[in-house]
Amino acid sequence: MSVLLLADHDAGVLSLATAQLVHAVAELGPIDLLVIGDDTAAIAQSASTIAGVAKVLIANGFSAADGVVNVLSTLVVRYHYVVASAGSVGKDVMPRLAAKLDLMPVTDVIKILGPTRFERPIYAGNAVQTVSDNQPRHILTLRASAFRAAAGGNTAPIEVLAGSALSLANLLTSHRTQSDTPDLATAQIVIGGGIALGSAENFQLIKNLAKKLGAAVGATRAAVDAGYAPNDWQIGQTGKIIAPDLYIAIGISGALQHLAGIQGAKKIVAINTDAEAPLVKLADIALIDDLFEIIPQLTAELDRLGVRR
Amino acid sequence: MKILVAIKRVVDHNVRIRVRPDGTGVETTGMRLSMNPFCKRAVEAAVQLAEAGQGDEIVVVSIGPKSAIDVILTALAMGVHRGILVETDENLETLAIAKLLVKILDEEQPDLVLLGKQAVDDDSNHVGQMLAALTNRPQATFASEIRLIGQGIEVTREIDSGRESLALPLPAIVTSDLRLNTPRNAALPMVMKARSKPLAIRPVAEFGVDLSPRLIIEKISPPAERVAGRTVSSVAELAAFIAGDVSQMEAL
Ligand SMILES: Cc1cc2nc3c(=O)[nH]c(=O)nc-3n(C[C@H](O)[C@H](O)[C@H](O)COP(=O)(O)OP(=O)(O)OC[C@H]3O[C@@H](n4cnc5c(N)ncnc54)[C@H](O)[C@@H]3O)c2cc1C
Ligand SMILES: Nc1ncnc2c1ncn2[C@@H]1O[C@H](COP(=O)(O)O)[C@@H](O)[C@H]1O
Repeated sequence: MSVLLLADHDAGVLSLATAQLVHAVAELGPIDLLVIGDDTAAIAQSASTIAGVAKVLIANGFSAADGVVNVLSTLVVRYHYVVASAGSVGKDVMPRLAAKLDLMPVTDVIKILGPTRFERPIYAGNAVQTVSDNQPRHILTLRASAFRAAAGGNTAPIEVLAGSALSLANLLTSHRTQSDTPDLATAQIVIGGGIALGSAENFQLIKNLAKKLGAAVGATRAAVDAGYAPNDWQIGQTGKIIAPDLYIAIGISGALQHLAGIQGAKKIVAINTDAEAPLVKLADIALIDDLFEIIPQLTAELDRLGVRR
Repeated sequence: MKILVAIKRVVDHNVRIRVRPDGTGVETTGMRLSMNPFCKRAVEAAVQLAEAGQGDEIVVVSIGPKSAIDVILTALAMGVHRGILVETDENLETLAIAKLLVKILDEEQPDLVLLGKQAVDDDSNHVGQMLAALTNRPQATFASEIRLIGQGIEVTREIDSGRESLALPLPAIVTSDLRLNTPRNAALPMVMKARSKPLAIRPVAEFGVDLSPRLIIEKISPPAERVAGRTVSSVAELAAFIAGDVSQMEAL
């Protein structure tokens, strides 16, 4: 049994999700890691250090879904599993690959029960399916945040594939959200802000607190729709899935679709004026008060306690 | 330009579902069902293109039981011209849905196919990408903006690092994200008019597609329960909790 894993990277940097996936699928067989994109040298270099990687493959070129699938489908005969993280690339590419191979993919896997048995959430995480996949080849996407990262220290060989990824689609522009906070999907602490923040300027309150705690910043769909936060900060069923040690939810009601994204959080703190808000009911610790009074006090109190990361 | 929109009828997104205690599935009887919210954006986008003179005919297709006529009527009331129900009482896998849609595409030959990015019941996020693979068309998933430019389209997509815009030649497949638009509520006259628009009901067997499932759903369980927490009454207590948690983290 062997595994082809599509590496997740962004802006020339390998994302932590890749190491998490390597660890998650280590039991399934030897792992070859495929890096597709432009400027892949540094990414491939760090990929080769992940413990458990047998070989790193590089395919150069712009990588819209059809191009990535063309590359993957030439390699796939050699593998029993083709795996990607359930981020925006994996979601875009893997169902396309599966259909091309006449296979059903198993996506958003949160637990690997065995070589052919997986758990995946449905209905915004309000139910969990146990799926058995007896097809000749398995096409999977995994929620990286559900798994611990593999260690480093490896020096796997790197091989550049001939040809390049070609797509019918052309990239026109990309608008990256500039942020100096950690990556939301893999952060140890996340602070989320809701529509109650009232403006993009007021989100600075959350950012300040996040800076102190070395936390990533997230938001509800309502806050994103209102223009208070960029779209890639959205946490939930249709946003990012987080699994931090600590999630601090500020002025967030806790709609079903938001809760879908935070089920993996170990501890949850809620600050809300409404004691009946679903997120308050769910939280390990809740403080019922006005966020505009509480956040500055909390920031000062954490300072006084010497908390800084 | 001809636009085809695929829509699914699902348990309404505001309803809290219940997992059947025997593990056989999710209780949907007696629950409110409606058009998948992402599909509704896809319909709205098609209608807006037509209103801007960029779409001549819009056809919707839904695959499901007879009761899925509901959501087709909703789409017709929103301004779609014609509906097709591919009737089946089976709960089909996404690959089977995509294969049925290929047959509809063969018949209809649309320039643009719009789908929702995901159905909020199975949360698969597959069908658009699968349909693109099976028809060898380019795809743009998670669209928050669609512009028709000459012989092609430009689509802004919501991705993990922010947004990107792609240019695609037609015919193409696009799946909608929530921020694509705000779907209209059809006015009563439109709702009345919808009933007189053409709606073809066709049994799934007519299409000759192998619909047998590839995966086995062993069981469906409720998610793990969280332990109940407590409320604190001061910032000092809250800060102490956070500080305690953070110091444990560093100890790891
Ligand atoms: C198909 C679909 C998908 C969706 N996907 C997502 C998703 O991925 N992620 C997501 O987040 N949402 C998603 N939503 C939207 C979701 O249903 C909710 O509308 C949204 O999460 C609510 O955001 P909110 O908590 O900021 O706002 P609200 O629900 O309005 O809650 C605001 C909260 O702030 C509190 N508050 C107000 N003032 C203060 C104050 N001064 N101090 C402290 N607390 C205060 C209120 O008591 C309230 O609890 C989706 C919806 C649909 C239909
Ligand atoms: N039964 C169906 N009938 C028509 N369209 C469907 C059906 N199932 C899925 N789709 C389309 O595919 C999209 C993605 O669904 P899914 O891949 O199931 O998450 C939906 O938003 C619909 O546009």
